[in-house]
Amino acid sequence: MPAVPVPQSAAPHPSLYAAVAARSFRRYATYVAATLAGIFTNSVFGVITSFVYVAVWRANPTAGGYDVTDAVTYVWIGQAMLMTVCMFGGGSPDALASRIRSGDVAVDLYRPVSLLGWYLAADLGRAAYHLLTRGAAPLLVGGLLFDLRWPLGWELLWFGLSLPLAVAVSFALRMLAALSAFWLLDDTGPRSLLNFLAVFGSGLTVPLVLFPDGVREVLTALPFAAYLQLPADLWLGQRTGVDALAALGLAAGWAVVLLTACAWVLRAAERRVVVQGG
Amino acid sequence: MTEPLVEARDLRRTFTVRTRGEGRREVVAVRDVSFAVHPGEMVGYIGPNGAGKSTTVKMLTGILVPTSGHLRVAGLEPSRHRRRLAQRIGVVFGQRTSLWWDLPLRDSFALLQKVYRTDPARHSANLDRFTELLDLGRLLDTPVRQLSLGQRMRGDIAAALLHDPDVLYLDEPTIGLDVVSKGRLREFLRTLNAERGVTLMLTTHDLQDIEAVCDRVVVIDHGTIVHDGSLEDLRTRGGSTRTLVVDLVDEAPPVDVPGATTTRVEGPRQWLSFPADASAAPVVAAVAAAYDVADLSLQEPDIEQVIRELYAGR
Ligand SMILES: Nc1ncnc2c1ncn2[C@@H]1O[C@H](COP(=O)(O)OP(=O)(O)OP(=O)(O)O)[C@@H](O)[C@H]1O
Ligand SMILES: [Mg+2]
Repeated sequence: MPAVPVPQSAAPHPSLYAAVAARSFRRYATYVAATLAGIFTNSVFGVITSFVYVAVWRANPTAGGYDVTDAVTYVWIGQAMLMTVCMFGGGSPDALASRIRSGDVAVDLYRPVSLLGWYLAADLGRAAYHLLTRGAAPLLVGGLLFDLRWPLGWELLWFGLSLPLAVAVSFALRMLAALSAFWLLDDTGPRSLLNFLAVFGSGLTVPLVLFPDGVREVLTALPFAAYLQLPADLWLGQRTGVDALAALGLAAGWAVVLLTACAWVLRAAERRVVVQGG
Repeated sequence: MTEPLVEARDLRRTFTVRTRGEGRREVVAVRDVSFAVHPGEMVGYIGPNGAGKSTTVKMLTGILVPTSGHLRVAGLEPSRHRRRLAQRIGVVFGQRTSLWWDLPLRDSFALLQKVYRTDPARHSANLDRFTELLDLGRLLDTPVRQLSLGQRMRGDIAAALLHDPDVLYLDEPTIGLDVVSKGRLREFLRTLNAERGVTLMLTTHDLQDIEAVCDRVVVIDHGTIVHDGSLEDLRTRGGSTRTLVVDLVDEAPPVDVPGATTTRVEGPRQWLSFPADASAAPVVAAVAAAYDVADLSLQEPDIEQVIRELYAGR
């Protein structure tokens, strides 16, 4: 038998996860037509929603502590985050769910790598691509058509820090929904519920700042706020200094808790559950 | 004898299936199976559809937890040490691919080098060797989705071997391959075993795979092992017979000679069966002495027939 040193620990090289992320980025980058169509759609929705918000803030110029410029900027940040955090679902957890249904997940499982790490890396690669295309392009369109507020200095830094947290939180929640396929086979139910919660809880439909006291605090403390409301408030300078740090800390806490939950559910799935198909 | 590489004792796996109307039902997919595979063996694992072959292989790789029983592969309990075991085993599922659809073969292999942390020099030496043996040279830059089934299978087999596993499980690797491709694959597996001592466990419905590659065959049916031994043992297993096909000059009633029974008559052609371990000479002599014979031919015990009897006997 060939004398081959077998690595003692099962942890693969970090460059593996970088390679997985890069591959995911490149794979999305091959769908140029889809990207362009998506940018167009995001921009159209941005324009329509901007007009609605302008009307709302004209009637109530300080609603939620925003002025009309803040409100319109919020719309375009929303369009930018929409795909980056997969507000309507998608990304690598969807691929996992379909591999669980088909039994192809067997191939993932007999590799000496962390399944969670692998899918997280893939989703980060995807998110980077979506941020640079479907995030940046609509913002530029919005900037050309409307008067937007642009972040500088600290605001930009806080906003930048909130992006990976937004993706991590949303990834973990999408992953939990996908992992339900191990038990349910059909993850449509959990996924639809999650998408509903994400669209409303993130502030995409109605900014969370417009909710009455009490409700607003609860919604802001939930993980969905990390998808959009938090990045937007950091961008707009609504939350600064210690307040910004505390908000980022909360999002980071959610990311850790939810990713730990994923790891735990995955371990339970591996022990209890059945890989489909012969 | 060396330590077994694979050791299963009273291995059992049940599934609970929910059927509409009937409610819950227990299916015993693998029923208290015991076997051991030693380093360098080439074992064929056969059985009818639904016998429990894939279920066994899944337990051996650690992706399915046994309901009960003892299982060790390379000294590890597969389901508990799945990731560590993964370094020591290679798996090929005929109906699935472990390659990435969008990547050229070469990139899939490069990613696998990172997955298994294979020593780079060793990886490239293996890649060169398998590229040559599996004739992958012109395919390396082709995205996997553009490969034919047989080409993809060769890529998958290389992918399962680049990290130098001690044991390779193949679950129906020849499914859908043409005769020539099957032949090449079988030859490759023999070479692999001879050159590197890789232990093989092969599941198939094509008995020629077994005849060409395996020195031992385990037959499973309804989750239970009904045969474990050499192919010869299987061939001469109780009840199996050889057949003398006799073409008479004229039609006749069933031939009656000592030591053989006529099993079939079609016009002037008759089929006489006699025990596989008996000599054909006295039967041939007796027939030739008593009848006008136009032609004779001898059929060796048909392994498929033996297996059909084995499956049906349960
Ligand atoms: N996930 C599952 N849930 C319920 N029953 C299952 C499951 N997987 C396998 N079985 C049952 O276990 C038995 C053995 O299945 P297995 O896939 O091991 O058969 P096999 O020998 O590989 O058959 P084939 O030659 O058709 O591939 C079958 O009766 C099958 O219906
Ligand atoms: Mg099978």
